[in-house]
Amino acid sequence: MKISMTVNGKPVSAEVEARTLLVTFIRENLRLTGTHVGCDTSQCGACTIHLNGRAVKSCNILAMQAEGADIVTIEGLAKADGTLHPMQEAFREHHGLQCGFCTPGMVMSAVDLVKNHPNPSEETIRAELDGNLCRCTGYHNIVKAVKAASAKM
Amino acid sequence: MYAFNYQNPKSVADAAAALSKGGDAKLLAGGQSLIAAMKLRLSAPTDLIDLGGIKELSGIKVEGNNISIGAMTRHAEVARSKEVQAKIPALASLAGGIGDRMVRNMGTIGGSLAHNDPVADYPAGVLGLNATVHTNKRKIAADDFFKGMFETALAAGEIIVSVSFPVPKRAAYIKFKNPASRYAIVGVLAAETASGVRVAVTGAASSVFRVAAMEKALAAKWSADAVAGISVPADKLNSDLHASAEYRAHLITVMARRAVEAAK
Repeated sequence: MKISMTVNGKPVSAEVEARTLLVTFIRENLRLTGTHVGCDTSQCGACTIHLNGRAVKSCNILAMQAEGADIVTIEGLAKADGTLHPMQEAFREHHGLQCGFCTPGMVMSAVDLVKNHPNPSEETIRAELDGNLCRCTGYHNIVKAVKAASAKM
Repeated sequence: MYAFNYQNPKSVADAAAALSKGGDAKLLAGGQSLIAAMKLRLSAPTDLIDLGGIKELSGIKVEGNNISIGAMTRHAEVARSKEVQAKIPALASLAGGIGDRMVRNMGTIGGSLAHNDPVADYPAGVLGLNATVHTNKRKIAADDFFKGMFETALAAGEIIVSVSFPVPKRAAYIKFKNPASRYAIVGVLAAETASGVRVAVTGAASSVFRVAAMEKALAAKWSADAVAGISVPADKLNSDLHASAEYRAHLITVMARRAVEAAK
């Protein structure tokens, strides 16, 4: 089936099978491999992207459901000149990652979190990040990074 | 997942027509349960009819003393709605506690109700608040809608269009959630409504159910103490690796007490 959408500001289109997951389309058709597949069962959040401005888990959505949508992946967050998004910068500054596997999903989820909860408390950050799992269990610095970024967004 | 034919109708009438064309067709709402089930090959429809493009199915409207929520309204929209927060805070809070933030950005009320997962939150909201499910063919009272595990009163070719919630005098939904899946191990909605007191329990049995003894006690006196001594027999409750039937029975009383205390 023919599918078209905007990804990181660029129009893209492709011919895909109807059963293609959005994350498969992003990684295999568009070769944007920053979006990760962790659990593949909609629990870990490594595949989180923004669909029309809302954070969603791209492993649990069909590519067809995103027809005509505006998608932002981790690759689309930094500015064209390479300046990091405040959330990415805060994760770097506060060492909000260990192995880094969950990081793209954490960052995309955290951007959406701060958009909906400006100036969140530590408690709110922990509660609202419950859809993102870090198997290194490095939550402490992730929470610090989100808190720091919220002051700059 | 197995291959299927994908359709993307633009109206409820077109979706109903596509649904009645034979084969094992299924409606796709937000897909947060269905796509996961299809990936595991627990579900393998021949045709998938995506309701995502039907504008008339989305949105929240205040109609007199009712709040009407379109079937394709996402959980996050219900949780954030100023109208729902003001008139039925229990419902806003229930929607805001489903799954996680990303699931709430996709999952829909219509999808949740049609699926009728025994551990889902919305069935307790609909049954406890005495809501009415509006389909493309009729209106179904909450008491007649939930038929059993993953079973509802929906007939073949029937599509949920909206759900109408009468504003209660007070209500609260409290759940004891599984920390991994965030589904309810036990969730209780207690409400004082125009049509009487209602206590609905999800997560504990094969389908959502009401607790008549608690409703009677609360009708006599709305207080947490009124339900503290009432327990539901464990023999028909679920027992699994997360909780035994006896523990679920215990949790029903505890959650009911907390819901009565929290009701506003």
